[in-house]
Amino acid sequence: MYTAPFTYHRAQSLSEALQMLQQNPEAKLLAGGHSLIPAMKLRLATPPALIDISRVPELRGIRREGNTLVIGAATTYYEIESSELVRQSIPALPEAIEQIGDPMVRNKGTIGGSLAHADPAADLPAVVLVLDAKLKIQGPGGARLVDVDSFFQGMFTTAVGPGEILTEVHVPLPQGVARMAYEKFPHPASRYAVVGVAVAIGPNGVRAALTGAGDHAVRLSKLEQALSGQPLNAQSIEAACQNLVDAGELMGDHNFSAEYRAHLVDVLAKRALLRLV
Amino acid sequence: MADVTKMVGKAIKRREDPKLIQGRGTFIDDIKLPGMLHAAVVRSPYAHAKIKRIDVSRALAHPGVVAVFTGEDMMDINPMPAAWQAGGVKSNAVTPRALAVGKVTHVGDGVALVVAEDRYTARDAVELVEVEYEPLPAVVDARKATEPGAPLIHEAAPNNICMEWECGSKEKADAAIASAEVVVKEEIINQRLIPTPMETRGCVARYDAATGEFTLWMTSQAPHVHRLLLTAFVFGIPETKLRCIAPNVGGGFGQKIFCYADYAFTMWAARRLGRPVKYVEERSENYKASTHGRDHVTEVEIAGTRDGKVTGLRVKTWANLGGYFSTIAGGIPTTLYGRIITGVYKIPAAHVKVWGVYTNTAMVDAYRGAGRPEASYLIERMMDRFAAEIGMDPAEVRRRNFIQPQDFPYDNGLGMLPYDSGNYEPALNKALQMVGYENFRKEQAEARKQGRYLGLGISSYVEICGVAPSAWIGAVGQGWGAGLFESANVRVHLTGKVVVTTGSLPHGQGVETTFAQIVADELGVPYEDVTIEWGDTLAAPFGYGTYGSRSLAVGGTAVHKSVQKIKEKAKIIAAHMLEAAPEDMVFENGKAYVKGSPDKAKTLAEIALQASLAYSLPPGVEPFLDETTYYDPPNCTFPFGTHIAIVEVDAETGKVELRRYVAVDDVGNIINPLIVEGQLHGGIAQGVAQALYEHGYYDEDGELRSSNLLEYAVPTAAMLPRYELDHTVTPSPVNPMGVKGAGEAGTIASAQAVMNAVIDALSPFGIKHLQMPATPERVWRAIQNSRQMRQAAD
Amino acid sequence: MAEKVRISVTVNGVQHTSEVEPRQLLVHYLRETLGLTGTHIGCDTSQCGACVVHVDGQAVKSCTVFAVQVDGSSLTTIEGLAKDGHYHPVQEGFWEKHGLQCGFCTPGMIMAAVDLLKKNPNPSEGEIRHALEGNLCRCTGYQNIVLAIQYAAAKLRGEPVTGAVADD
Ligand SMILES: Cc1cc2nc3c(=O)[nH]c(=O)nc-3n(C[C@H](O)[C@H](O)[C@H](O)COP(=O)(O)OP(=O)(O)OC[C@H]3O[C@@H](n4cnc5c(N)ncnc54)[C@H](O)[C@@H]3O)c2cc1C
Ligand code: FES
Ligand code: FES
Repeated sequence: MYTAPFTYHRAQSLSEALQMLQQNPEAKLLAGGHSLIPAMKLRLATPPALIDISRVPELRGIRREGNTLVIGAATTYYEIESSELVRQSIPALPEAIEQIGDPMVRNKGTIGGSLAHADPAADLPAVVLVLDAKLKIQGPGGARLVDVDSFFQGMFTTAVGPGEILTEVHVPLPQGVARMAYEKFPHPASRYAVVGVAVAIGPNGVRAALTGAGDHAVRLSKLEQALSGQPLNAQSIEAACQNLVDAGELMGDHNFSAEYRAHLVDVLAKRALLRLV
Repeated sequence: MADVTKMVGKAIKRREDPKLIQGRGTFIDDIKLPGMLHAAVVRSPYAHAKIKRIDVSRALAHPGVVAVFTGEDMMDINPMPAAWQAGGVKSNAVTPRALAVGKVTHVGDGVALVVAEDRYTARDAVELVEVEYEPLPAVVDARKATEPGAPLIHEAAPNNICMEWECGSKEKADAAIASAEVVVKEEIINQRLIPTPMETRGCVARYDAATGEFTLWMTSQAPHVHRLLLTAFVFGIPETKLRCIAPNVGGGFGQKIFCYADYAFTMWAARRLGRPVKYVEERSENYKASTHGRDHVTEVEIAGTRDGKVTGLRVKTWANLGGYFSTIAGGIPTTLYGRIITGVYKIPAAHVKVWGVYTNTAMVDAYRGAGRPEASYLIERMMDRFAAEIGMDPAEVRRRNFIQPQDFPYDNGLGMLPYDSGNYEPALNKALQMVGYENFRKEQAEARKQGRYLGLGISSYVEICGVAPSAWIGAVGQGWGAGLFESANVRVHLTGKVVVTTGSLPHGQGVETTFAQIVADELGVPYEDVTIEWGDTLAAPFGYGTYGSRSLAVGGTAVHKSVQKIKEKAKIIAAHMLEAAPEDMVFENGKAYVKGSPDKAKTLAEIALQASLAYSLPPGVEPFLDETTYYDPPNCTFPFGTHIAIVEVDAETGKVELRRYVAVDDVGNIINPLIVEGQLHGGIAQGVAQALYEHGYYDEDGELRSSNLLEYAVPTAAMLPRYELDHTVTPSPVNPMGVKGAGEAGTIASAQAVMNAVIDALSPFGIKHLQMPATPERVWRAIQNSRQMRQAAD
Repeated sequence: MAEKVRISVTVNGVQHTSEVEPRQLLVHYLRETLGLTGTHIGCDTSQCGACVVHVDGQAVKSCTVFAVQVDGSSLTTIEGLAKDGHYHPVQEGFWEKHGLQCGFCTPGMIMAAVDLLKKNPNPSEGEIRHALEGNLCRCTGYQNIVLAIQYAAAKLRGEPVTGAVADD
């Protein structure tokens, strides 16, 4: 319940935040705090300094730039959920977000915090993978745009390097409404994903991604290949959603074994896809 | 004369609430005393280990730390008492000390105490205490702990067996089983649960060196009992040197009955340091170090005839006690379990054998229902197994074996007190009607054709409330070395206001409202004029507290009796005022008058004034209307009913959806239906939680894997159904109000209703039994196994 | 110990300026520094919701926010919900519908429910249950909490409501 001591710094701008990071290399960024603070309370994380980026104006807000939806990293789940712009362009995104934690968590937690933290059981990583997003990362030397497929690199590890900040999430918008579905099997106590499967239909066919079961969110390439060039219907879906992942690659615990999670991947993938036909 | 509006029987909203909905309650952590210090505990990360060395120097040097103590420092106080050692205790019960000395027996066992100026500092210093352990092999399963070669936890308890107990007749049960047409055998596990009141436990201790008196504010369901145990047994000081106060208590469910080490070390530290000390558990400490519930491994056989008569029951249960013996742990798997094992059925031959076993886990003691849920689950699961075996409708099998109305008072032959009253079939029929039983079976058959799996589960139960006659519960062989009466003092002040002080200790049960309703009606005074006080040993007469659904049937009856005494005395004084003979007086609707002349009545307020001013009282009559009762019930009460659950199992994921939950309960007469319903809702939720979600899970090494709310699935609103309630009313003949009690019935009835429904839903797969909780993976695996077995068979 | 930081907050309409240790959780600031003990602590893993308060009109778990983070904000706790001696309709609903037993979860439940009704004035039963996923109650089994919130929703919409039998 009680964290170790730390010093607190509030950044007023992105450049100040970057500067603070440079001065405190051991510091952690604090966005919504809803992954970091629980970890600190259990003393699993004991950063000597926190840099609060939740009020940095450059990191906040949602806008459309041409065919891209740009979401500031420090935008909260609630702001995304309740955004008219998002509801109209990607209605499945608020639906997925509503499955995260609870309303209080969504009032504080941010999209950037979730993606940068890369919790293996987090929901949004799978969602941004199928939305083919790009992540804007800013460092002392400038900004770069990283493809989502090279963003998640391991458990709690992403392309965001030391001294860098994830600033924006860029989601390409198709003509009309984006077709995406997310199916989640929540842990009965923590509410995090035991398994979550996201699917979307993009210009190059079906994209599918998995979270919750491995050490980080991944594309379900076997499923994508099985459906490639296929019409999407109940039969093709049923046929494709078989043994999508090998239990040996998954995590397991006393409640949910790897074998069971592997089975859930098939079931949830099927259910998600059926919502799109 | 118009009858004043009756309060009893009405759904009156609770008088407890205004404070609580405004955040103005006083819970333990809200108490702040001048100069108060904060305590934090160094807890063992090992399930079983020797303590080789404790180095407190770094912690002591930490700024803000006032003291660090170990178990060795506290050897001048005794271990916690074992208040209820059931008959058959084989070895002396080993109870916890204030802090562990020499060795630890479970993860979370307290090893050292840090006292600091604030809670953050105390917690920081916990990290600085260095403890060297020598880990020992651990055992967590009760049955395995009794097997040869299992690690020995206490020298005093060979094979880790603390007690060996039995009831019923072994010869009869053996004979019934040997000669039966049908015998069904099963292994049934009643998994470990963690009670999880939303407020954890805690206390604040103050010591006055000038008088040698302690004051202890505590999260207690029984402050008088705590006072007695802490003074007479732990500290060896006069009882009068400790005042125990229970402020608002944020739920108990049994966990706050017991005498815990932390009360002792907090008092000890307050005395040593001369400053008040507060200790409040964090949730994960509550999970690791406060008591758990259930945790039985049982081998059971049920015997009967092909036409549905049950003829015998044989039960062997290994009851997990945890690493030490908790305060009343002895009584739970014995008296409150074995003696009611045959439930609502007339079973001519039954035998129960119980081993109470130490393991490297947190202590196990009473948790809502305490023994009765385990018993009820066992018999109701087995009734369904038996029904399935002989191919009979489970409702019909129940009907054929019910104890009949003319059998009451009913002696079940297991050393239980006679069941007071009951009429079991109408409750079953009503519940079946509410769910639309016939229709459901059709719907179920239809659904199966479409590959959907619906199931219905019945649970007919009886339980023990209003514990208990002292002569029975305190008798040799039962082992609760004390009585279980309850007290109430009723005073009518000179302004006519009524003050009731009770030994009961409400913590959510709405006792304040219920008792005020009773008193208002009985005395004929406005409900608002009645005040109920409790919770402070300085103010309240000795009482045993609130648990075992005893507040109304025992505590409420004590109030009722005191009120009758008040009325008698009021009549005597009124007679004097009216210059009449006391035997001609009537007391009705708050007034006393001479029979036949109600127009010349004296109100209770007038009588109370006369009694208080006291210048004109009849000879020999003491001033003031003030009466106390110590009510020892002649029997327990035995509420009963039938609960029915309907579930749908998602065969692909194994997930169980609880679609409907119907409950028909008979809790005797009802004082406040709103409160009774609330008790049932909450009770049902806890039983449903056992069936589907919760498991206090230790791995083989004794690590508690469900050590906080991230892992232990206390259900949310979205995980529970709407409850459909109704009742039948069979008044209890035991007490004048005819009440039985409703605090635990919901929990006692519900787990098996849900599990029977789950297994009914899975019957097309040939599944006959599943252990709780019916988690998605467990259900899915059962379906997979059955499919594989069928494939192999084809 | 880290340097203390000066913060300035408005709580239930009253302005406070305090020096806080950066690691002090908001819930401890409210309870210990300001003495507002109506906000409770039921867990150490951000699950139970006993600690919910409003920060700038949004429900948050005050055990998962540092006091320094709310510098400059305006807060409402359970103590500040009733206005001019009148209960908020959600408080009233909890009383009328027996939405509490021990009352420990109640402040957090009420604060979460107020936030819900602000965002969704006419929630279905399912929506109410979903919105309460961050609030645990061990006593009531939730049914009466759902009824309490429905009562409050109706009242806030100006519809007629029926309560329990009054005791006064
Ligand atoms: C009770 C509860 C239930 C939850 N349930 C779920 C759930 O069901 N599904 C789910 O997905 N999540 C869940 N979460 C986690 C929640 O979604 C977190 O809010 C989220 O994962 C992290 O976002 P944050 O803004 O709170 O990040 P923080 O906690 O502030 O930060 C997390 C990490 O990311 C780093 N970071 C933050 N922002 C940036 C940035 N812009 N650039 C670089 N690094 C950054 C921080 O330094 C820190 O290491 C739950 C949390 C709680 C408390
Ligand atoms: S105290 Fe449990 S969520 Fe805050
Ligand atoms: S009323 Fe007791 S926890 Fe909700």
